[in-house]
Amino acid sequence: MQLDFTHHQSAHCESGVASNLLKDKGLNLSEPMVFGLGAGIFYVYLPFLKVSNAPGLSYRPMPGWIFSRMARRLGVKIKRRKFANPAKAQQQLDENLKLNIPSGLQVGVYHLPYFPDDYRFHFNAHNLVIYGKEGNEYLVSDPTMEGVHRLTEKELERVRFAKGVLAPKGHLYYPTYVPAESDIDWTQAIRKSIRKACNDMLAPVPIVGVKGMRTVAKAIAKWPGKVGIPKANYYLAQMVRMQEEIGTGGGGFRYIYSAFLQEAGHKINNPALLELSKEMTEIGDLWRDFAVNASRVYKKRSNQGDVYNTLSAELLHLADLEEAFFKKLKKAV
Amino acid sequence: MKKSEVPQDSGRIVQKGSREMYYAVDEDGEYTTALSTGWEAKNIVQDHTMEVLQAEIDQAKVAVKEGKRSPIYYYMLLTRMDVVVLAGYTGFWQWRIKRHFKPEVFSRLSDSRLQKYADAFDITIAELKNFKGD
Repeated sequence: MQLDFTHHQSAHCESGVASNLLKDKGLNLSEPMVFGLGAGIFYVYLPFLKVSNAPGLSYRPMPGWIFSRMARRLGVKIKRRKFANPAKAQQQLDENLKLNIPSGLQVGVYHLPYFPDDYRFHFNAHNLVIYGKEGNEYLVSDPTMEGVHRLTEKELERVRFAKGVLAPKGHLYYPTYVPAESDIDWTQAIRKSIRKACNDMLAPVPIVGVKGMRTVAKAIAKWPGKVGIPKANYYLAQMVRMQEEIGTGGGGFRYIYSAFLQEAGHKINNPALLELSKEMTEIGDLWRDFAVNASRVYKKRSNQGDVYNTLSAELLHLADLEEAFFKKLKKAV
Repeated sequence: MKKSEVPQDSGRIVQKGSREMYYAVDEDGEYTTALSTGWEAKNIVQDHTMEVLQAEIDQAKVAVKEGKRSPIYYYMLLTRMDVVVLAGYTGFWQWRIKRHFKPEVFSRLSDSRLQKYADAFDITIAELKNFKGD
């Protein structure tokens, strides 16, 4: 059995799954629109929470929030279920498929056989869509992949019931109500979601948004002295991985947000958003420069203390640019 | 980033037959998408991470061989887990797992407990018991 579902590749798993599920229900919403309406741009530093033995850092809100916020803005209704019993979780998924409902799932990536070895960590907030079943194999649309894949019942159960931080517990979700495009107040939806993103990035909390970036910048400069060069290098590698790999993080997210601002600017006829889109693209480029400069640490052997000071200054500069940017953006809507 | 600048530096994902998608601007400044085979900056930090993890696994192996750690510790690192994840898979408290890292405690574990570890690591009890760090 294969449902009439189209796989579109995306840059980020959650906004990709949401966009694909809505397109399937007739609402043509691009990934950047989902990301922007869900206020997906974020920054939080959690030094007390160790991820892969390095200080926790996230460039996105909690898993599921992007889709839920976007749904609230547009009046989409989502049904979500978690399970204690794997057999029940499978039963519900099979019933959905019989009812012609492609279903979103939260999964852990460690046991995904089609992931490259370097990406297989116990990271549990990945998302994909099941759109059919043949024999004991599920048809999988993983939006971060170019093509579609298959997973056996056993393999799927394994990733749905992965353990550790943010364990998915079989989490299954699908839209139950999707409004027609003409029924949506786009100006209002875009305005509110942009203000939400600005408030998050400008939050008066030392570990969130641009203030969080400054706290991290100060911490980076101290790492070599505090934990020693090898550990500092490892911390930095995890930071860049979080930024550019796990859900495309810093640079990548800036580009998705720029694409959203451009699309939103055209949609509600707001030229200021088009200009700001260009500015955010340039900030995204600087995030990528930061990643390139960080990766140089592993090639050079001398002057590593200096490298950390330079990176710290670079991140402080990014924080200044983003603070100015989000203040302007808030005024533009 | 311009579409023409999207990196094609042969990364890890392309080895599994997929590319990654980026949002980038075309010549007219309009956003579009482009596929990337990988990016060198990312490859470098991934290689570094893999080297660090491998060094930890190698150290754990020596520790088992010298009788300082039990095979559970080695397999935990080999499967990229930490105590939190392992506690999730086995259902044991974290402090108990840490006790099971001691070879003398490990040697007294019942088969039913060992089975839980073996399941978590996707190996047999025999493989777990007979690992001597060689």
